[in-house]
Amino acid sequence: MIDPQQIESRLERILLTVQKPGRYVGGELNITVKDWSQTQTHVAFVFPDLYDLGISNVGLQILYDQVNQRPDALAERAYAPWLDMEAAMRSNQIPLYTLESKHALSDFDIIGFTLPYETLYTNALNILDLSSVPLFSHERDNSHPLVIAGGHACFNPEPMHAFIDAFAIGEGEEVIHDIIHVHQVWKSSGKHRKDLLLELGNIPGVYVPSLFVPHYLEDGTLSHIERSIPNAVLPIIKRIVGKLPPPPTQFIVPNIEVIHDRISVEIMRGCTRGCRFCHAGSISRPIRERSVIEVVDAAESAIRSTGFQEFSLMSLSSSDYTHILELVSAIGERFGKDRLIISLPSLRIDTVSVELMDRLSDRRGTGFTLAPEAATERMRRIINKFIPDEQIIETAKAAYSHGWTTIKLYFMIGHPSETIEDVEAIARLCNMILTEGRRLIGGRAKVHVSVGTFVPKPHTPFQWVSCDTPLQIESKQNILKQKLRDRNIKLTWTAIEDTLLEAWLSRGDRHLSAVIYTAWKNGAKFDAWQDQHRYSIWAEAFAVHGIEPDFYTHRQRRMDEIFPWDHIFPGVRKSYLFQDYRMSLEGLVRLDCREQCYACGILPLFADLRRQNPGEIWKCPDVSSPARIPSWRQA
Amino acid sequence: MRLRITFSKSGALRYTGHLDLHRIWERTCRRAGIPLSYSQGYHPQPRISLAAALPLGFIGQAEIMDLWLDQDEDMLEILKRLQSSAPPGLILTSIRSIDSHQSALQTQVQYADYEVLFLDPVDQQVLSSKLNNVLSSTSILRQRRARDYDLRPLIASLQLNLATKDHPISLTMRLSASPAATGRPEEVLSELGIKPEESRITRTGLILKNT
Repeated sequence: MIDPQQIESRLERILLTVQKPGRYVGGELNITVKDWSQTQTHVAFVFPDLYDLGISNVGLQILYDQVNQRPDALAERAYAPWLDMEAAMRSNQIPLYTLESKHALSDFDIIGFTLPYETLYTNALNILDLSSVPLFSHERDNSHPLVIAGGHACFNPEPMHAFIDAFAIGEGEEVIHDIIHVHQVWKSSGKHRKDLLLELGNIPGVYVPSLFVPHYLEDGTLSHIERSIPNAVLPIIKRIVGKLPPPPTQFIVPNIEVIHDRISVEIMRGCTRGCRFCHAGSISRPIRERSVIEVVDAAESAIRSTGFQEFSLMSLSSSDYTHILELVSAIGERFGKDRLIISLPSLRIDTVSVELMDRLSDRRGTGFTLAPEAATERMRRIINKFIPDEQIIETAKAAYSHGWTTIKLYFMIGHPSETIEDVEAIARLCNMILTEGRRLIGGRAKVHVSVGTFVPKPHTPFQWVSCDTPLQIESKQNILKQKLRDRNIKLTWTAIEDTLLEAWLSRGDRHLSAVIYTAWKNGAKFDAWQDQHRYSIWAEAFAVHGIEPDFYTHRQRRMDEIFPWDHIFPGVRKSYLFQDYRMSLEGLVRLDCREQCYACGILPLFADLRRQNPGEIWKCPDVSSPARIPSWRQA
Repeated sequence: MRLRITFSKSGALRYTGHLDLHRIWERTCRRAGIPLSYSQGYHPQPRISLAAALPLGFIGQAEIMDLWLDQDEDMLEILKRLQSSAPPGLILTSIRSIDSHQSALQTQVQYADYEVLFLDPVDQQVLSSKLNNVLSSTSILRQRRARDYDLRPLIASLQLNLATKDHPISLTMRLSASPAATGRPEEVLSELGIKPEESRITRTGLILKNT
C-alpha cells in the first residue's frame, strides 16, 4: 500500500524527466475533488489511452458528472501513461494513480474503463498491471476493485471477457447508478466477491461473462451459450435513456495543449440513415434529439465555465437534426460576435451543408469534409449511402466557391463485392473534384483523401461478410497511390496491419483473451498508435495459442452462424440485419427510416420508454402497446 | 488601456509551459468576460504578453503580464473577475495601469531572481566550495544547444543560505534575463553538480529596467 503523499513525492522526482509532464499532474479547472474518507464509494474512470486524447472524451465526462453529483460517491480519472512515464513509474515503484487525489487505482472500489475502440485492449491490461490489480477476473478477491467496462467496443465483450468483471452494455447514464447501488449493498453485507458478480448480473444491461459458458461446434463456431447459474438472463439488452439528460457543461479544462481543445455538445444520439458498414449507426438507435434552446444554452454555459474558444455540435449525422437551420441561426445570434470557432461535423453531402457551414465557420485552416465512403453509385447502393455523383461534385464546387480551398474526402476500400473499377473510381472522383476546384479558385485548390479499409463490424448488416485479404488491400492501395499523384492531392490510408488487428479484436470470441494477454505480455500497447504497432507480436500470440486469425476475418459466414456477440442485444434484430444484407446484394437501398419505419426491432423493445417520451424527441413512430422482448431472443 | 499584472504560478501548473500558460490566460479572460483587445492582421490574437518564459517545473512567485483592453475598466473589478476565473495554481497579486506606449514587456526584463530548494540532503561544505569556485572564476565556458557561451557574466549574484528554524538550506541567485543574454538556473546548478529534477526551483522575482 502506498498513500497519495508518497505517490506525490515520488512523482516530483520523475516528472521533469518525461515529455509533457502536465499530462500526469491533474489540477485542472472544473475537476471535482471530494473528501476521500467521508465518501462511501470510490470510482476511478479510466480512458486507456493518452491524456491528450482521453481528456476530451464526452462519455467519460458524463459518467464523471453523474457519479460526482451523488453525495455518497466520488469519481476520479486516470489515463494511460506514455512509454517514458510508464518506465519511470515502474522503476520508481509508482502505481497508476488518479489525477484528482493521487490515490492508487487499487484503492478504489470500482475501476471503470471506457472502451470506445478495440485497440485499447492491451492498454487496459497494462493499466491493471501498473495498478497491481490481478489481470484476470477470476484471480481477484474481495480486496480488489471491481473492474467494469463500457463503450461502443463492448457490444462484443467476449475478447475481453477474462479481464473485465462486468460490462455495461449501451448508454451509461443510468446503469452506473445501479452498479454503485449494488456495490454498496454488497460491500456492507460482507459477502464474497462471487455474490457481487451475481447481483451485478441481475441489473438490466450488465453482462457478467463468468455467469455464462459458451459451447462450440467442431468448426470452431458457436453452438450455444450456457448459463452457469439458472437465473442468469439472456440476452443482455442494451440500456438506453428515454430522454437525453442535460449535457455536461462543466468540462474539465486541460492545462496543456491536447488534441481536441474544445467543448462538445451532443445535439442528438442515434442515426436513421442505416449505412450498412456503420457500427455506431446500428448500436446507438433510436434517435433522440435535444431541443435547440437546450443545445444553445448548454453551449453558452460551457463556454462560460471553460473559456474554450471552440465548440463542436456532436452527432452521427448533423444534417438530420430536425431543427438544424434554427440551431445554426440561434448560434449565430447568440455567439456571432464572440470570435468562437464552431464546428458541425458529419454533414450530409449537399449544398445545404455548405450554406450551413458558411454561416458558422471562419474557415481558418480547416477543410470542407465530405464522406462519400464509395465512389461509384453501384457501391453506394450496396453500402446504403446513396448519393448521386453529380451531388458530390456540386457540393465540392459549392465549398470551393464559398472560400474553402481544401476538400477533405473520406472513402473506404474493401466494401463487399468491390471491384477494381470501384477503386479506380475513387481516384477518378478525387481528380475530378480537384479539376473543378482549379477551375474555380486556381492553384490554391487542394484535395485531401483519406482511405480507410472496411472492417465488417458486429451488429451490422455486413457482419456476415469477410474482410479483404492483405494482398487485396495492398493492390487496391497501390492503385490509389499510382492514380493520385497530383501535388495538390494528399492521400492517407490505413496500414494493413492496423485493419487486421481491428478486425480480429472486434470480431473475436472468448479465445481472443489469451491472445490479447500474450500480445500484451510481449510488449503490445498503444495499438491505436501507428508508430507503436508491432504486428509480429500479434501474429506470434495467435501462433502460441494455436489460433488461426483468418478464422475471424477471412471467412464468409453461414447465414445461420451464431456469432460470439449474438447474446448482446442492441435492439436491432439479427433477422432485420440479415434482410438488409440480402438487400445490399441486390443493390437495394433502404431510405431514411424517419420516412418509413422498417421495424428494425428497437421500437417494440423500448416501447415503454417511447410511450413515456412521446412526440418529437424520438424519430420512431409513437406507440400505444407495451414493450415486449422478442420471443426468439429468449432461450 | 494597458494593464500590468503580477501573479504567482504553482501547484499542478508548475508542469504547464509558456505557450500553454498563454492559452490559460486567454481562457481565463474569456471566462471572466474581460474584453481583451485583438491584434491586427489576418489572424487576430488577443493582446496578452508575458514578461519572460518560466521554464517547465519552476514555481513562479511574481510573474508579470500585460493585458490590453479596448476600453477603460475598473481595475479592482478586473482583478476580482480574473481571480475568480483563474484555474487552481494562479494567484493574482497586483494590478496597475501603465502607459500604453511603453516598450514591449519582454524587452524591459533585466534580471531574474531564483531560489533553489533540494529534495535530498546536501553536503553543505561540498556545495559551498563548489559555489566559491563558480564565484571566483572569471569565465565559465559551457555549451547549450550546440552553442558555446560564457555563463559567468550572466550570474549577477549567487549565495548559499544555511538552514534556519523555519527555512531549509537554499540557494539564491540573480541571473541576467534580458532577451539577448539569459542565464538559466539549471546551468548554474549543473556547475554545482545538482540535477534540476532533484531540486525545486522558484523564480522569486523579475527585475525590470527603469522605464
